[in-house]
Order: sequence, then structure tokens, then C-alpha cells
Amino acid sequence: MLEVSNLHASVSDTEILKGLSVTVNPGEVHAVMGPNGGGKSTFANILAGRPEYTVDSGTVSYLGEDLIVKTPDVRAKEGIFLAFQYPVELPGVRFWQFMKAAVDAKRKHAGEKELAVREFDDLWKEKAEQVKIAPELISRSVNEGFSGGEKKRAEMLQLAMLEPKLAILDETDSGLDVDALRTVAISVNELRTPERSFIVVTHYQRLLNYLTPDFVHILVDGQIVESGGADLALTVEESGYDRFIKATAS
Amino acid sequence: MTSTLTSTDRYQAAHEQRQAANDQFTALRAQAYKRFEAVGFPVARKGNERWKYTNIAPIARGEYEISESPASANIEEIKPQLPSGDSWQTLAFVNGVYSDELSTIDGSQSEITVERLATTDASLSDRLGSVAQIDEDDGFGALNTALFADCAVVRVTGEVDTKSPLQLLFVTTEQPQPTLTSPRVLVIAEKFSKSVLIESHIGLESGVSFSNAVTEVIVEEGASLSHYRILEKGHESFHIGTTRVRQGKDSSYTSQSFAFGARIGRDDLHVLLDGPGSECTLNGLYMTSESDHIDNHISLTHAKPHATSKQLYKGILTGNSKAVFSGQVLVEQDAQKTYAVQRDMNLLLSDGAEVDTKPSLLIYADDVQCFHGAAAGEVDKDAIFYMLSRGIDAETASRILITAYADEVINFVETESLQAHLKKSVAKLLPVFHF
Repeated sequence: MLEVSNLHASVSDTEILKGLSVTVNPGEVHAVMGPNGGGKSTFANILAGRPEYTVDSGTVSYLGEDLIVKTPDVRAKEGIFLAFQYPVELPGVRFWQFMKAAVDAKRKHAGEKELAVREFDDLWKEKAEQVKIAPELISRSVNEGFSGGEKKRAEMLQLAMLEPKLAILDETDSGLDVDALRTVAISVNELRTPERSFIVVTHYQRLLNYLTPDFVHILVDGQIVESGGADLALTVEESGYDRFIKATAS
Repeated sequence: MTSTLTSTDRYQAAHEQRQAANDQFTALRAQAYKRFEAVGFPVARKGNERWKYTNIAPIARGEYEISESPASANIEEIKPQLPSGDSWQTLAFVNGVYSDELSTIDGSQSEITVERLATTDASLSDRLGSVAQIDEDDGFGALNTALFADCAVVRVTGEVDTKSPLQLLFVTTEQPQPTLTSPRVLVIAEKFSKSVLIESHIGLESGVSFSNAVTEVIVEEGASLSHYRILEKGHESFHIGTTRVRQGKDSSYTSQSFAFGARIGRDDLHVLLDGPGSECTLNGLYMTSESDHIDNHISLTHAKPHATSKQLYKGILTGNSKAVFSGQVLVEQDAQKTYAVQRDMNLLLSDGAEVDTKPSLLIYADDVQCFHGAAAGEVDKDAIFYMLSRGIDAETASRILITAYADEVINFVETESLQAHLKKSVAKLLPVFHF
């Protein structure tokens, strides 16, 4: 589904990713872990197409096509979803309007008819139930005045609504207390399907207590220094990132 | 033979023609013309803070036809372009002349009456010129008073449903010559009355026109008035609006101005909070494009204690347009326990757009709460990326974000049919306003 090969990327002329390669197959959950500044968020944002990040070399192929040349909205319409570390507040933009525009854009891209208001409202209720969030949220401005936990759950609701093929969670656990973390993790589990892949970017292992990854990658200084199964995350929990950092330095 | 009349000759000839009518305003007009002769237009901007950011030389240079002859306008053609609502009562003037065809006053509301010059009774006409002081204002106000041929005098005596606003509609249409109109309004909201007034200045011409309006508003004790003002002029037209408001004890006045364009458009608004416990809300939305220039000049005086004022102005600018926000709140020594807040925000969508924003507070009382702020910026890049990342294309994202920005002001409008009209006006402009 996703094949990243020798990816080099930079932000305002500073190279952040220095030859990253990874392959994600349908239905797999990949955790990308690493110390701060290692390039985790850059990787997530590059996949979503954030304009401040520049791809210098390497390739990213998604569903057999070059992903880098596509605009962020086209990537989203073709099934990539980024759950933001800091979801953006959109004052005065109602969730209803925002999500309806997003769902319709995706359907139009796939050659399907836009949803009738009634159909959309039913879908919203069903998905809100699935990710355990109050459906009344729909009449509020997007993320405005939301608590940290509400914002992250609202991201999960958007994920559920847009039914992506590849969902990227960028530090979804940051700023959440244990209860909020569990709620979010449970909804991610709800949203796992045999076709849908996840890339879970996280600093801590704690999210992975609830969300078992198929693969764990340790990203240090722009490169994956070690890959393994779920148990690799536990090693990090016990001994931190020091050993990986030292490994790169030597 | 070609005419060699100078602008001054034209103003004088028009003034003399008005005076020939020998009506109840003869003395007032004479006094005003003398004032206009003395001060002229405020073209010298040096040292003149009131006009520092707006150059009115293009207005002063113009040579205008000042005629009272009925307009040659196709009413059926222009009708769909005008603000309207099912239960609105409208008094309309086309190119300065009363239009029976566009007016819908049926006299069914006894709580509100609207008269024109010919029918205004003397006790009301005495009050015209009492709030807009000729000697204090600049040449524009004086010129309007020297030249107005007709006027609208509104008197509110009781409570009028917000669903049934009164609209004073001033329309200008395509004319062979640049034309000057002088709309004149007096509103008296009597004690404990409640009403909604819409003042619309609409220009349908593609050429030059100049409307020079004066509106006087008296809000008596305990009265409440919502005053909505719409300015929708072409990119070649000029509009100077002078609005003077005096509020009595425990009165409430809300002004919401919506300016959707003009070559030069000035909204010169003075409010005097002259009664304790009075409240005033001044909101505005301005959207400027091409070479438009919109200037909101506000002067608000807290003269008595326990009064509250709130101001929220928002601008959306594109092209090479310019906007000015100059708002002064003066809190006099007696005005203890004043609460005043003033905010101006601007969204700049192009490199060529420019805003001069200057909120200011002058406080002479010691027990007050006053706040002000101004901002100018571009559309939030994070907001755009957030929407793109959900599959919403850039054009739709732009439309949604700009509409939401404008809606913050429009949503204050309590008359739904007017809110709908304003939202339509914004939507119509959106293709020009994008990032």
C-alpha cells in the first residue's frame, strides 16, 4: 500500500529525514517511535503533504502511484488521513459544514453522489456512537473551545467518517490523561479493519498498551535505526532511547 | 454650447434652486451653504487627523449633475438587485428622487411613521440639524444640508417587530453625467420605543456617482434602536455618510454597518452617550476589492456614567484596495463606571491590500473599564492545511473560512431576512475574495 524508499526531507533548509525506508501493507499497524527531534512528525506530515516540508530525494509510492506529486486534498480524497498532534481550531466553521464538505469531496472524487442531508446526519450519528463521542458536537465550531481530549476524539470521529485506507496518527496520545488515552485507543481499535493500515507516531509506549502494533520502528536522527515487533516498544519503555541514540552515534 | 460651469457654480446654482422652494429649511440651508463656502471639502490632509488616511481629492475634483428630475431608471430591472424582505416597509429614493414604485409603506404600522419633506410637520422639522451640527462637522455635512431637496423623517412611538424593519433605500443608477445626491434622514426613536431601521445606499451604475448622506438619530430615554447600514457601490462611485447619534438615559443603540465596496466610501459615525445607563453597540464588516477605499471613522463619547459601548469591526481586503479604521472612544470626566471595548480585525488576502487601523481611547474618568485592540493578518495557514488534509479543495476551504470570518459580524443581525440578504451579498463577492 505504502512504500517509502530512501526518503530525504527538510524543513526550511534543515534536513530532517535522512534516508527513511518503510513498507506498509494493507491492514498493518506500524508504530513509529523515537526521541523528540528525530523526525517522527515530519514523516507524518510529509505523507499528508504539509507544504512547509520539502522532499529532497527518495520516493513515496501509495497504491502504486507517486504520492509526492499529489496535493494534500487529493491525497485525502484517495484515502490518506492525518490525525493532527494539535488539531486546528476553525472559529465560526461548524463541524457539520466542515465534515459534510470533506465527505462530499471524497465521494465526488470517487465518482459517487454527494450525501443527502439526512444520509449524512445518519452517518454522523452512527460514527459518533462508534467512537463514543456526543453527536451534539456537530453544531459547534470545529475544535473551538474543545478540551485536549475532545479534540483528539473529534479527530477519531473524522477518521471514522472519512474511512481512510491509510490513517496516520501524529502523537495522538500527547496531552491526554490515562482515561482519555484509553478512550482514544479503544476507538482506534474499533476502526481497525483487514484493509485499513495505520501509522502510529508516538513518543511513549503507553498508547501501544491498548493498540498492539504489528511492527515497531525506532526513528532516530531521520533514519529508522531498528525495526521489530510489538516487544520492541517494551524495550523502549524499559531502557529509553539512549541505546538507539548511542548506536547511531558510534 | 458646452457648459463651462465650475463645481462651485454648480453647487451654488443647486443651492439657490433649493432655496427657491422657500420651505421650512430655508434658513438652515443658507447657514449650511455659508459654512461650506468657508470650509470647502477637507482636501488638505496635512495636520488633519480626521482625514489623514483618506484622500478625497478625486471627489472634490468631480463635476456633478445635481438634478431633481426623476430618474430614467428601469424599476423592474433594478428591483431584484436591491435589499428586500417580505415584511419590510421600504421608503425608496432613486437618484435622489422619491420612488413610489419601489416604496412599500402601507401605513399599517401605527408605531412608526415616515414622512418626506413635503409632509413633515413643523415640530419634527425643527429637530433636523439638531444632532448633526453644521459648525462642528466638515464640509460634507454642510454641503448635504445646503443641497438636500427631500428627506426622510422617521418617528418611532412604540414597539415594532424586528421581523418588520423599515428600510430607507437610496439607489443610484447609470446616468449620462456623474450625479450628486444628498440623502437626508432624521430618526427620532421616542421614549421606550423599539425598532429596526435599515439604511441602504446602493449604486447600480458602472460610472461615477457621489452620494453625500447625512443621518441624524435621536434615541430617547429607554428607547432601543437597531440601525443597519448597507453600502454597496460600484468601483467608480463615491459615498460619504455622516451619521450623528444622540442617546438618552437607559437607551440602547446598535449600529451595524456593512460596506461591500466603493471607489471611496466613508462612514463617519459619531455617537454621544448623553444619558446614564445607555448602551451602544457599533459593529461593522467591510469587504474591499480592486481599488476600493473604505474608511470607518468612529467617534464615540461617553458623557454620562454607567454607560456601555462595544465595537467590533472586521475587514476583508483584496486587490489593491485600502481600508481605514479610525475609532476614538472619549470617556469624559463625569462618565464614571464606563465600560468600553473596541476591536478591529482585518484579513488581508493580497499583497496589494492595505489597512490603516487606529483604535484609540481617551479617558478622563478614573473608575472605568476600557479595552481596545486591532489586528491585521493573512488567512491562517494551519487552518488551510487542516481543511486540505480532510480532502476539501483550496477553493472550497477559502470560501468556508472567509464566510465564517464574515459571519461573526452578520450573525449579530437579529432580522433573519436581512441576515439572509447580507449572507447572499457576501457569497456573491466570494469569487473575488479568495486566498
